[in-house]
Formats: sequence, structure tokens, C-alpha cells
Amino acid sequence: MSDTHAHSVAFVRTSEIPAAPPPYAATGPVKWMRENLFATPANGLLTIAALYVIWVVLAGTMPWIANGIWNTESLAQCREVLDGAVGACFSVLTERWNQLLFGFKYPPEYYWRPMLALLLFFVAAAPVLFFDLPRKLLIVTALFPFAAYWLIWGGTILTPLVALAGFAAGAAVYQRLVAGSFAMGFFGAIIAAFIVWTVGGWLIPASASQNALLGAVPSRDLGGFMLNMMLGVTCVSLSVPLGIALALGRQSNMPLIKWICVIFIEFIRGVPLITLLFVASVMLSYFFPPESTLDLFLRVVIMITMFSSAYIAEVIRGGLAALPKGQYEAADSLGLDYAQAMRLIILPQALKISIPGIVNIAVGLFKDTTLVSVIGMFDIVGMIRGPILASTEWNGVYWELLGFASVLFFIVCYGISQYSQWLERRLATDHR
Amino acid sequence: MKKSIILGALTVAGLSASAAAAGTLDDVKARGTLNCGVATGLAGFAAPDANGEWKGFDVAVCRAVAAAVLGDPSAVEFVPTTGKTRFTALASGEIDMLARNTTWTFSRDVDLKFTFVGVNYYDGQGFMVPKALGVTSAKDLDGATVCIQTGTTTELNLADFFRTNNISYEPVPIETNAEAQQQYLAGACDVYTTDASGLAATRATFEAPGDHVLLPEIISKEPLGPLVRHGDDDWGDVVRWTLNALITAEELGVTSANVNEMSANTGNPEVARLLGTEGTLGEMLGLDADWAKRAISAEGNYGEIFAKNIGEETPIGLARGLNAQWTDGGLIYSPPFR
Repeated sequence: MSDTHAHSVAFVRTSEIPAAPPPYAATGPVKWMRENLFATPANGLLTIAALYVIWVVLAGTMPWIANGIWNTESLAQCREVLDGAVGACFSVLTERWNQLLFGFKYPPEYYWRPMLALLLFFVAAAPVLFFDLPRKLLIVTALFPFAAYWLIWGGTILTPLVALAGFAAGAAVYQRLVAGSFAMGFFGAIIAAFIVWTVGGWLIPASASQNALLGAVPSRDLGGFMLNMMLGVTCVSLSVPLGIALALGRQSNMPLIKWICVIFIEFIRGVPLITLLFVASVMLSYFFPPESTLDLFLRVVIMITMFSSAYIAEVIRGGLAALPKGQYEAADSLGLDYAQAMRLIILPQALKISIPGIVNIAVGLFKDTTLVSVIGMFDIVGMIRGPILASTEWNGVYWELLGFASVLFFIVCYGISQYSQWLERRLATDHR
Repeated sequence: MKKSIILGALTVAGLSASAAAAGTLDDVKARGTLNCGVATGLAGFAAPDANGEWKGFDVAVCRAVAAAVLGDPSAVEFVPTTGKTRFTALASGEIDMLARNTTWTFSRDVDLKFTFVGVNYYDGQGFMVPKALGVTSAKDLDGATVCIQTGTTTELNLADFFRTNNISYEPVPIETNAEAQQQYLAGACDVYTTDASGLAATRATFEAPGDHVLLPEIISKEPLGPLVRHGDDDWGDVVRWTLNALITAEELGVTSANVNEMSANTGNPEVARLLGTEGTLGEMLGLDADWAKRAISAEGNYGEIFAKNIGEETPIGLARGLNAQWTDGGLIYSPPFR
């Protein structure tokens, strides 16, 4: 100890003070609440108001849900059991469960088929969605549409096989000719596929579906949430490639292609979806002879695909426009031709920018599939509004049914949006 | 050039198709099923049950026609139509007949080119109000908000009624009966107006039906019936006389239970003609002699169909009222079978 210190400091502690806990108000949940909920008087007021609103909502809904009845035969019985108490009548969900999921005409002994198709869908979609998975899984993806068609519609296996053969022939011709020029390969592939389909169509006997391994189910018998899922998956997966083609076509230097794409996009975007659906359901049957109408499901798929591809094209055009001109010039200076430049340089970057927009449209499209109920198709909303609410047992149950439908839609749409956020993080290579 | 060829081919195909469609009866026989347009869901009139079987008052007419023409009441392809798609579906040939509680009006018959083959339910537009409102007559409804289904004749009737009585109202347009019910119960409108049968059926499903009253005024005539396209009278006759057979069967006491017995031994010549034991009525229609017998055994006679689907024993609980046989003071009346 030095002298200077002895004069200026009266006392020097030689042992360490034991660590004291922080003040009560500066730690743990109290601190968190003070910082986040009651930082200022206004903030505190808002917190109390919000808590009150939450309490009011929960006080109304929780007893209703907790008191729910799950095992009665009709709404009248439900009311009898509840005897004036507040409570939901969830029995409608248990009693009409299969109708809500599959529609009222899909044969019950075949329910395993769409379920299996759904499982296969997850396997098939995985390699497309998560590119860390082994690439060999893409074979499943390529075969999935044909397997799913066969599972859901049943009938002869020859139809999906011929369709598959057509695509295989097209791919083979494309591989052969694309070295010469892209256009040759592209159109050659289309011609080859059509030849196979036409010849195959002649070869399939008309009675092939009668004693097929899987019983045939006509499109009219599809329904319920299954129909929403099928329309959503088919239309999203068809409209993304079509949208890319339209976006590129709109930027093309060839006036004919450019104007076809511009007119298509602007026309479709200027017409409400419900109009297109009405055209699909009622107007088209004026143009076809009564016996040879196109399948209603197919007509609706075409219309929804056209509609969403026009929107997706505009989203992708935004992505293309956002790329610096240098990227196009760099591709040119490397000596790449148009197809290569687009495939290797431009589209990977443009699509990455467009992901949020594309997902936005996919979510919207999926929810728009409920519009088919207005043209007399029994998707989940059609089932609820038509057969279930019109039945004498369940006439008058609204909250339970529509709440159930919104839960299903929420699960799917939230899943899609979470995936897209993951994808954006995964692809984030830009300069920050 | 190519496009014009395709369009030309399509036109030719369309023309030949409409030429071929002239004989709906033959088409139905060749196809083996009857395409019948029904509602997407209307309690008591047409709705699939828990097993997916279509049931209802309108559905029974389809089944009777299928039984008469094809011999099988289940050989019906039910095509669900909405209020907006029903007429195009019929006009385009997608369906052979429409049995979808459709009101027979001048313009639908003449301008839209349909043939209404008869009336299977005489309805009229009524009003339902909550008892608490204290209204006893529709004429007290000045300034009321009214829930009304769009695209129906009820909308026009309502406007006419309020204009002739010089009172005002505020319409709340809604799409379906189910939606209307919810809006009405939630208090979005003071009054719900639609066909009286629909009101009775709707009220029966309420938690407290006693809290709501149907006002005495019936402001319109709504004869509901099956219809077919103009220009194919042979087919129209088949549907018309199948419906008449059901009505006549009730009048003559022929039921689905005793139809076989009656056809074997009856003293009544009209029953014998109806059931084909005498005369050649079936042949004149292009059907066989047993056509009416099959139609009656499918779902029963008119009275049985009424009682089973919408009668007082059912939750819908409609009285026969105007729809009683003419012998009981109602309007249900079939021309004679001779």
C-alpha cells in the first residue's frame, strides 16, 4: 500500500462484494413488460385496451369451442344436448367428414386412392421444393402426374401410360434436335408428342375402362377439399411455366410473339376470374356438340391456369426488368444463344427476385379455387353451401363448417408462405 | 387459314349436333341415363343425403321420368345447377330437363324458349319477420331492410309490391338461402322474403322458430315446375305426362304399394289406361305400356312424394294448401288419361 493512497482514500475494500441480484424492476418478465408493454403511458393504455379485446374475443369463443358437441346426428339433437348452453355443434364435421374432404359422390371404398396420391404428392414435390435432396427423386416427380391421374380418376392404366409415352417421345426428340436449334427441338417435341397421343388414342379400346384394376370415377364425382387441392396444385404447377413463357414472350423482339403475349396477358387480366369460370361452365357447352363436351374439370383447370399465368407473367416481367442491363450484355458477350442466356444467366436471377410475387399469386389462386362453387362444382365451399346446409339435419350450422374450411385453407396457405420465406433466405446471395 | 378451317369444322360439328339433338327421347334412350338439372342444395326439394344419394321433391320428378323412359329410377345423372347456370345448362343441351323449383313465367316460357310441362308446386312469395318487431301486415313494413335473393323473380315481385303500396324498403342482396338465413338471424335485415315454402322450411331450422312469424300476405304467384327446351315436343310430352301420371295416380288412389295389384285387377277404366293394361297410351308416347307403372313405383304418386319430402311429417312441415288435389280444394289437376 503506498502513501499517496493512504491519504486520498479513507478505506479500501480488500474483498469482493458478493454479486447482488439486479433490481427487481430491471430483470426478468417485469423488465420485459416495462420495456415492451408499458414503456410510455400511451403504450400502457394500448396494452390494456388490447388485453381487453383479447379477453372479450376469448370469453366469447372459448366456452363455445370447449362446450362443443362432437357426436350427435343432427343440429336438433345438438341443441337438445346443449340445452340452452353456449356450445358449438362440431358433430357436423364428424358426421360429414368424408363429404367435406372428398365430396358426396366419390365412392367411399376408393378414399384411399386420393390419400395415396396426396402422400405421393409430398414425395414428388420434395425434390422440387428442397434442392438439397438427391436429384434422383425427380424421377418420382416426373411420374407423379400420371400416377396421380390414374389413382384419382381410375379407369384404364393405358390412358396415363399413353400420355407418359407422348411426353417421353417429345423429350427424346427434343434431346435429338436441340443441338441444332432450340426452335427445332421445341416444335419437333410437340409434334412427336401429338403423334404418340393420337396413335395411342386410337389404340386404346373404348371398353378398356370397364374392368380396369382401379374403378373409373368421373370428374363430376370429385368434390370437397380434395377438389380444391387438385385444382390448386394443377393450376399452380401449370401456370408457373406458362407464366415464364408469357413473360419472356412479352419481352421478345419478334413482333408476332410479343403481341400475342401482350394481348393475352392484358385481356385475361382485364376479365374477372368468375367470368372466365362462367364461360368455362356454360358458354363452352354451346360450342361443343352435347355428346363430346370437354370435361368440366379440365375446362376449369384451363381457365384458372390462363388466369393465374397472366398474373405470374407480370410478376416475372418485374423480375426481368429488375435485372441490370449488364447481365443481359454479359450473357451475350459470353457467346450464349438466347435459350442458354435465359436458362443460365437471366431466369435464375429474375425468378429469385420474383419469388414473393409468385407465392402471393399461388396463395391467391389456391383460395380462388373456392369460386368453382358458383358454377355448381362441389368443392369444400360448394359442399357446405349446397348439400350440407340444405340437408334437414344440418340446416343452420354455419360457424363450425366455415370455420373448419378456413382452418384447412389457413394451414395450406401458411405452409406455402413459410416455405417461400425459407426459400428466400436460402437463395439470399445478394450484396448487403 | 388453318384457324378458319378449325372454326368451320367446329361450326359444322355444332350444327350437326343440334340437328341430332332434335330427338331428346332417343338421345336419352341411347345414352342410358337421364341428365336432370337440380338445385345445388335446397332442403326438401333437392339435396344429397349423407350417403350421396339425391333426395327431394324435385329429384323425385327426375327419378319418375327416368323410370318411365329407361325403366330404372337410378339411371339419372343429376347435374347441380345454380340460379345463374340453370337456363344455359338447359339451353345448351347439357341437361335434358330441369327440375329446380323454377317459376313458370311468360318471359321464361316465350323469350328464353323453354317449355314448362306443368306445375308440381304452387308457391307464392311471403315475408318472415321477428315477432319482436311487432309487425302484423306486410303493409306496415315501410322503410324496412329486406333480405332478398338476387337473380330470382322474388326480387321483382318485391319491388312491385312496395311500389304499388307506395312504401319504401332497403334491399339487402344475398346469394343463397343459407346466407339469407344467417343474415336474417344476425339482424342484418328486418325481413326475409322468398317463396312461402322456403320460409317455412327455413323457420323450421331456427333455434327458436316461435320467435318468428310469417306475415299473412302472399304477394305473388310462383308456380314451380319442370321444364324442357322449346322445339322438342315429343320429349316435352314424355315429361309432362309422367308428371300428370303421378298426379292422376294420387287422384285415383294408385300408390307405390298397390300399383302392381291395381294393374292386375282394376274395375276403373282410367286406372287401366294409366297403368297400361288397356289402350296404347305408352306407345303413343314412344314408350312401352308399363311406363306409368314404373314412374309411380319409383317414388310413389304425387301425394306420397309430397308427404315423404316436404309434407307435415317432415322437418320442412308444409301443409298441402294450394297443392292439394282439385278434389280436395287445391289446384293440383291433371288432364284425363284417355
